[in-house]
Amino acid sequence: MNNGSDKWDWQAVSDFMPHFWDGVLVTLQVLALGSLISFTVGLVWALAFRAPTRFIRWPVGLITEFIRNTPLLVQLFFLFFVLPEWGVQFSAETTGTIAIGLHYSTYTAQVYRAGIEAVPVGQWEAAKALSLSYARTWTAVILPQAIRRVVPALGNYVIAMLKDTPLLASIGVLELLQRSRLEAAQTFQYTEALTVVGVAFILIAYPSSLLLRALERRLVR
Amino acid sequence: MTAGLWEHWVLPGIWITIQLTLYSAALATAVAFGVGMARTHRLRVVRFFAAFYTEIFRGTSALVLMFWIFFVLPQLAGWALVPMWAAVLALGLSYGAYGAEVVRGALNAVAPAQREAGVALSFTPWQRMRLILLPQAVPEMIPPFSNLLVELLKGTALVSLLGIGDVSFAAYLVRLATTESAQIYSITLVIYFVIAFVLTRGMRALERKAKAGLGQQPETGPGLLRRLGRRQTAAESGTIVTGGGAS
Repeated sequence: MNNGSDKWDWQAVSDFMPHFWDGVLVTLQVLALGSLISFTVGLVWALAFRAPTRFIRWPVGLITEFIRNTPLLVQLFFLFFVLPEWGVQFSAETTGTIAIGLHYSTYTAQVYRAGIEAVPVGQWEAAKALSLSYARTWTAVILPQAIRRVVPALGNYVIAMLKDTPLLASIGVLELLQRSRLEAAQTFQYTEALTVVGVAFILIAYPSSLLLRALERRLVR
Repeated sequence: MTAGLWEHWVLPGIWITIQLTLYSAALATAVAFGVGMARTHRLRVVRFFAAFYTEIFRGTSALVLMFWIFFVLPQLAGWALVPMWAAVLALGLSYGAYGAEVVRGALNAVAPAQREAGVALSFTPWQRMRLILLPQAVPEMIPPFSNLLVELLKGTALVSLLGIGDVSFAAYLVRLATTESAQIYSITLVIYFVIAFVLTRGMRALERKAKAGLGQQPETGPGLLRRLGRRQTAAESGTIVTGGGAS
C-alpha cells in the first residue's frame, strides 16, 4: 500500500479484485430481484390502468406518476428510515431491492401499457365473441401478444436499473460502489477501485444493450 | 419541523436543486447538440468518436461518474473542481449523452428528401443543418428532452451524497435534527414532484409553441394523465431509455 500516489497502481487493482467480485454478486442479486419486482408490480399497474372503474384507474395513475417523477434516492431513504418507524424491519439490501423494483415498476407499467395498446382491437373482439372470461381474455389472448412486443423495452429498463444500483451504497448495501468506497477508505487510493467499478458498469451495460438491440430486431415486428 | 430548519436548510436546498437542474440542463443541451450532430457527420472518424462518447457515458452509472469526478479526477489531474461544478459536470456529461441520442434520432427522422433538396441547392453541410434539418428536428426533440429534464432533476438528488446542500441533503439534516423521517421525506418527495410538474408543463408549452411554428399540434394524452402533464415514456417515443442515476 503506498500513500495514495497520483500514479496508477496495478497492485491496488489486484487487491481490490476479491471485493470487486463480491460486489458484482450483490449488484447482480439486487438487479435480478429488483427486475422481478418491477416486472410483476409493473404488470399489476398496467392492468389497473385498464380497470373498468375510474376509482382504480385514477389513484393508480396518480401513484405511479408520483413515484416516477420523484428521485429514487429520496424514495430509498424514505423506505429505509420510515419503514422501521412503522415497525417494519428489513435489511438494507431488502429495502434497496424493494425501492428500486418499485421505482422501476412505474416505468415497466408504461411499457406494458404501450404493449397492451398495440394489441389489435380485433383480438379483444374475438375474445368477446368466443365469450372468454375476463381473466382468460387477459391470460390467453392479450398478454401473450403484448409481452412478446415489450421484452426488449423491459430489457432496456433492466440496464437502467443496473446503473441505478450504486444508489444503494447510500444506505450501506455492499454493492460495487460501496465496496470500492470501503476499499478506498482503507487504502486511501480512490483512483483504482472507483475506476475499476466505473469500467465494470460499461463492460456489463454496453454488451447487454447490443444484445437487446439484436433481440429487438428478432422479436418486434 | 421548526421554521428555522425550513428557512436555513430546506428553502436554500430547493434553490440549489433548481440551480443544479438548470446548469446541468444547459451543459447537457450543449453536449447533446454537439455530439448528436457529430453522429450525423460525413466523416467516419467524427461519427466514431461521438458514438464512443455516448456509449461510454450512457454505459456507466451517473453516481459512479460523479464520485469519479469528485475523488479521482483531482488526483489524476492535480486540480479539483468546486463540488457544485463537479456535480454539474457529471450530470451534464451523462445526461448530455442521453440527449445526444435524442438529437441523432430526430435528425435522422427528418425526411431524406429535405437533405437532398439542400444538396441540390448546393447548401454547405452547416447551412443544411442550420436552415433545413434543425428547424424541423428541434420540435420533435422536445418531448424526449422533457423526459430527460425530469430524469435530470431526479438525478440532482445524487449530489446530496457528495455533501452538496440540495433538498435531499436538507431532508437528511432535518431528519437528524427532528428524528422524524416520515414527515420530512414526504415533504421532500412532494417538492420534487412539484418541480417536475412545473418543468413538464413548461416543456409542453415550449413544444406547443415550437410545433405551431411548423403548423403542427402536439398529441395529447388521455384523461387524468394529461392533466398531470404526463411525460412520454421511452416506449412511446421510441428513442431511448435513461438510467445511470436516472433515479
